Amino acid sequence: MKSNIKWIVALVGVWILSPILSKYFPPYETLILLQCGVAIILATSLNLINGFTGQFSMGHAGFMAVGAYASSVITTVFYRDFFMSGMGDYFFFVPLLVGAIAAGLMGYLVGLPSLRLKGDYLAIVTLGFGEIIRVVLLNMEVVGGPRGMPGIPPLANFTWIFSSVVITFFVIWRIVKSRYGRSFVAVREDEIAAESMGVPTTQVKVWAFVIGAFFAGLAGGLYAHVVQIVTPTGFTFTKSFELIIMVVLGGMGSLSGSVIAAVLLTILPEALRGYEAYTGGVDLRMVIYSFLLIVLMLSRPQGLLGRMEINDIIAKLISWFRKKKAEVAS
Amino acid sequence: MLGAYIAYYVSNALGLGTHPSVGSLLIALASSMVGCALIGFVIERFAYRPLRSAPRINILITAIGVSLFLEFGGQALFGSTPRFFPQIYQPQVDFSIGELIINPLQVVVLSISLILMIALQYLIYKTRMGRAMRAVSFSHDLASLMGIPTDRVISFTFMLGSALAGAAGVLVGLIYPKIDPLMGVVPGLKCFVAAVLGGIGNVQGAVVGAITLGLAEGFLVGYGAPTLRDALAFVILIVVLLLRPSGLFGVNRVEKV
Repeated sequence: MKSNIKWIVALVGVWILSPILSKYFPPYETLILLQCGVAIILATSLNLINGFTGQFSMGHAGFMAVGAYASSVITTVFYRDFFMSGMGDYFFFVPLLVGAIAAGLMGYLVGLPSLRLKGDYLAIVTLGFGEIIRVVLLNMEVVGGPRGMPGIPPLANFTWIFSSVVITFFVIWRIVKSRYGRSFVAVREDEIAAESMGVPTTQVKVWAFVIGAFFAGLAGGLYAHVVQIVTPTGFTFTKSFELIIMVVLGGMGSLSGSVIAAVLLTILPEALRGYEAYTGGVDLRMVIYSFLLIVLMLSRPQGLLGRMEINDIIAKLISWFRKKKAEVAS
Repeated sequence: MLGAYIAYYVSNALGLGTHPSVGSLLIALASSMVGCALIGFVIERFAYRPLRSAPRINILITAIGVSLFLEFGGQALFGSTPRFFPQIYQPQVDFSIGELIINPLQVVVLSISLILMIALQYLIYKTRMGRAMRAVSFSHDLASLMGIPTDRVISFTFMLGSALAGAAGVLVGLIYPKIDPLMGVVPGLKCFVAAVLGGIGNVQGAVVGAITLGLAEGFLVGYGAPTLRDALAFVILIVVLLLRPSGLFGVNRVEKV
């Protein structure tokens, strides 16, 4: 119970701070901050699949697309008038939940074949699923086909996004630190050993996909209501790849690492925007990302934080300082 | 992608486009195969060899990183606008058998790939190097205990694979004379599908798988749903992996602890 209070305080803090922030924050920086929030949800949920359960999924953008489209269909096509009026702001959780559940169902579908597949096969299949989702959306006239769906009401504000961040982080944190969460890690470490110890590996893998996809759908719904337009080209393989970079950079199996990497990789391209002229207008982002990935794998395959969380590191630092102090004193 | 670009630069440098003939085609093909083999060697040496004993997932991430690095690096280097591939071999007349109209270019491309496949088959099953390759694939540690220089064999395999991919790039450039740095992304994924469909570790299987996939896509585009084309490969992949994970001609390998 004690640890739960921290989270409730964080949530209340978000509710108090958000209206103040959104009032005094300049619009450009606000947009970046909101995107940071979305990226945090995506990276932590992908970390549950890739980092903690060890299933290499490359279809996260697909789940995000499902959530984005499902929630936008509700707010933009079916109940547009309601959500454009002031009241819609309070009921934004309904389309968000619908999007998240739709994505979760999709995650169940993708999780099923993952029972049989490993490593590269799974990676390609999930990538394929992501592409199938995108191609299907491309061919659906209801959601605008290749033109996408413009005019989505801008419902995702500070409060909604950062409440979602806190809730996502809380849920995933509690899952991976629980007894059930250890079975996720067991599957990652050694599937055969886990199974012989009585861990229902199949069930665990499917659940990892469902939960990961659920939160990716939530993030997709928020994202759609930040940028106010969804197009199939926004959810390509490149997007999934960006998320994988975040997870790998932060450390597979470190939630706070994912948060740091998500914030870093969202702000960095914006911060470097001013230097675009030096590259002759060529977008070097993907080149740098992929190079970073290779260098990371060669020099520090565990990512920035490895499997530690930020509080582990702080605790370590503190004890290191104390030791130094004791050495100096003696 | 790199193969097509090397051929593009070589044939422009040598002016092969102005003298279209089988000779210039072969020069372009050979140069791009050699170039790709060199690049494959370098990549294997610097990106994969240090990771030989690393967990599979790290190798997989590196592989994705390398492929994206090549593609987007190519985009930064060559620009993202498509280029016109020089017409290094341009036969004049189509000939017909009954109602079939056949372009000699297609025949040439098909026969080159057939020759390469037969050569590959010979190499894998009839030479010492091929036997070493199969041994390493079966068990890396056991092979090295038997005195097989595993590093050299893997290096060679990478060069061979890269060279063949380079040749494929040239052939694609011949048929569809428009090349761009991202041209290899979708075919790269689809060739994985084809290999799984035929059964991993089986050259004939891969050929059959690739032909099946190509025909299926052709029919899908011809009979109605061209926009769904890119999804088909993955649907096939998922179905195959669910129903027959070892592929059409593959052998099941039992997993041991």
